[in-house]
Amino acid sequence: MSETITEPELHHEPEAGSSRRMTLNMGPQHPSTHGVLRVVLELDGEFIEKATPEIGYLHTGIEKQCEALNWQQVITLTDRVDYLANLSNNLCYSLAVEKLLGLEIPPKAQWLRVLLAELTRINSHLVWLGTHALDMGAMTMFFLTFREREDLLRIFEMFSGQRLMTSYIRPGGLALDPPRGWEKPVKAFLADFPSKIDEYESLLNANPIWLRRTKGIGILPVEEMLEVGITGPLIRAAGIPMDARKMTPYSSYEKFDFKVPTATENDVFARYAVRMAEMRESLKIVQQALDGLPEGPTRADAHRVVLPEREKMKTQMEALIYHFKIVTEGIAVPEGEIYQVVESPRGELGYYVVSDGSAKPLRVHMRTPSFANLQGLPNLVEKRQISDSIAIMGSLDFVLGDCDR
Amino acid sequence: MANSISEILGSAAAIAKGMSVTLKEMMSPTVTEDYPDAPAKFQERYRGVHVLQRDEAGLEKCVACFLCAAACPSNCIYIEADENTEKKRISGGERYASVYNIDYSRCIFCGFCVEACPTDAITHGHQFEIASYNTSTLIYRKEQMLVNIAPNVKAPALPVETTGGH
Ligand code: SF4
Ligand code: SF4
Repeated sequence: MSETITEPELHHEPEAGSSRRMTLNMGPQHPSTHGVLRVVLELDGEFIEKATPEIGYLHTGIEKQCEALNWQQVITLTDRVDYLANLSNNLCYSLAVEKLLGLEIPPKAQWLRVLLAELTRINSHLVWLGTHALDMGAMTMFFLTFREREDLLRIFEMFSGQRLMTSYIRPGGLALDPPRGWEKPVKAFLADFPSKIDEYESLLNANPIWLRRTKGIGILPVEEMLEVGITGPLIRAAGIPMDARKMTPYSSYEKFDFKVPTATENDVFARYAVRMAEMRESLKIVQQALDGLPEGPTRADAHRVVLPEREKMKTQMEALIYHFKIVTEGIAVPEGEIYQVVESPRGELGYYVVSDGSAKPLRVHMRTPSFANLQGLPNLVEKRQISDSIAIMGSLDFVLGDCDR
Repeated sequence: MANSISEILGSAAAIAKGMSVTLKEMMSPTVTEDYPDAPAKFQERYRGVHVLQRDEAGLEKCVACFLCAAACPSNCIYIEADENTEKKRISGGERYASVYNIDYSRCIFCGFCVEACPTDAITHGHQFEIASYNTSTLIYRKEQMLVNIAPNVKAPALPVETTGGH
């Protein structure tokens, strides 16, 4: 690139007659930026004249690294993009690769994928709610939400072996069959959690501090939101029922009965309300996935590209040979390109995957919701007080790993 | 005036509500785990430091096929293979791993090696406290990961899940 990146001006001359203007760095270590985001604020007293988000502090080079690993191994990187929605990322990448391969995924695997993706949504919303409320002084929320999140992480660990870096959804199905007794904690969670949401709401919905700091704050015209590509709960809180699960159903979402919660106020409170309603809807989906879980295998039967079942591999020579071939040579994905979208907790998550027919991807690009949603920040905080910017930033629910990747 | 009184009352009600939550939580059982005073709890499939298994005869299961090293996304497994002989039999197969190192400063505990291993030689244990001030101590040798059983003693079968590799 020939353009040079100009640093935002840090020291500007105070205008004649006004000594109140100053420039303030919020972040990259400010706790309310949740990660390493730096926002350069130009202030007129308490009011923000201009905000310039500086991203890139958490740049990991994951997109580029994808080109160095083979198709199966990339899954481990997708875990690390959005570390609050690992399974959504696993799912999106897997769906993209499966489309290139033309694989048909058994219904049981699809149902379990939906179940896990929805638990991921709840998990992410819980972290958002806890930290968002914590930023605004409601510390209790943080403890409450993290208590429930622990149950979810335990379920993820039960399925995959790790709480965060799950690598559980793979191109071709699932890494492993669901573990023994997995229904028990899921059922317990389903039974418990509705009352927990009520508890959160009873603490916040009538809390005068919470209401004053969220109602009527952080409104952006819908056109502007669409212009910068804001998706997810943010756009739904502005009255647009945009949801990839409904618009471009994947993984059998069309077979599930759920609503897309919306609000029209388009402020911080509306975003909170939409996310709370979404958690309830997610519970419904999980319940349906649990009740209607089909029988059958959890991996597609495609011996050239999907690892054979372990039992088969140990007893059948042919399966063992394919096992060797897949592990050592990788899988050959037919030439082509694909753009796959899923609805991650933060909005529209897209993977653009290009294959040149070899064992490694030629390019994996991620359209991450955090990056797009963050673009709304400068206009959202303009002319607002600094304390409002905390509420607004919280309502955007960005994950910097997702933004910088 | 009336307005501010109702505001005060409203705030008082909010505080009372908050305190009632506090009280309720004080009465309910703790959910916090006592780690490090009590051992950490894990699910069965937890992916911790690897364990190299032996077979029923006490021989090493690893046959130095290099599949785990090929599957590893972070390239942290180093193996040197050697032939078994009549006099010196280490593993059940033709070859055995004379050197088997895992560099835990690179390992991401993804479980791909476990999945790849055709003989179930490498599995995940539940050990996780391996932090160190010196990265060179993080390169684990075969002897550190091998289950500790004297040769030719019938080894107790370790609880291995039947559904998969972890
Ligand atoms: S767990 Fe993953 S990173 Fe660690 S040695 Fe095995 S394959 Fe490599
Ligand atoms: S641990 Fe398993 S995969 Fe690795 S070399 Fe030994 S037998 Fe092969």
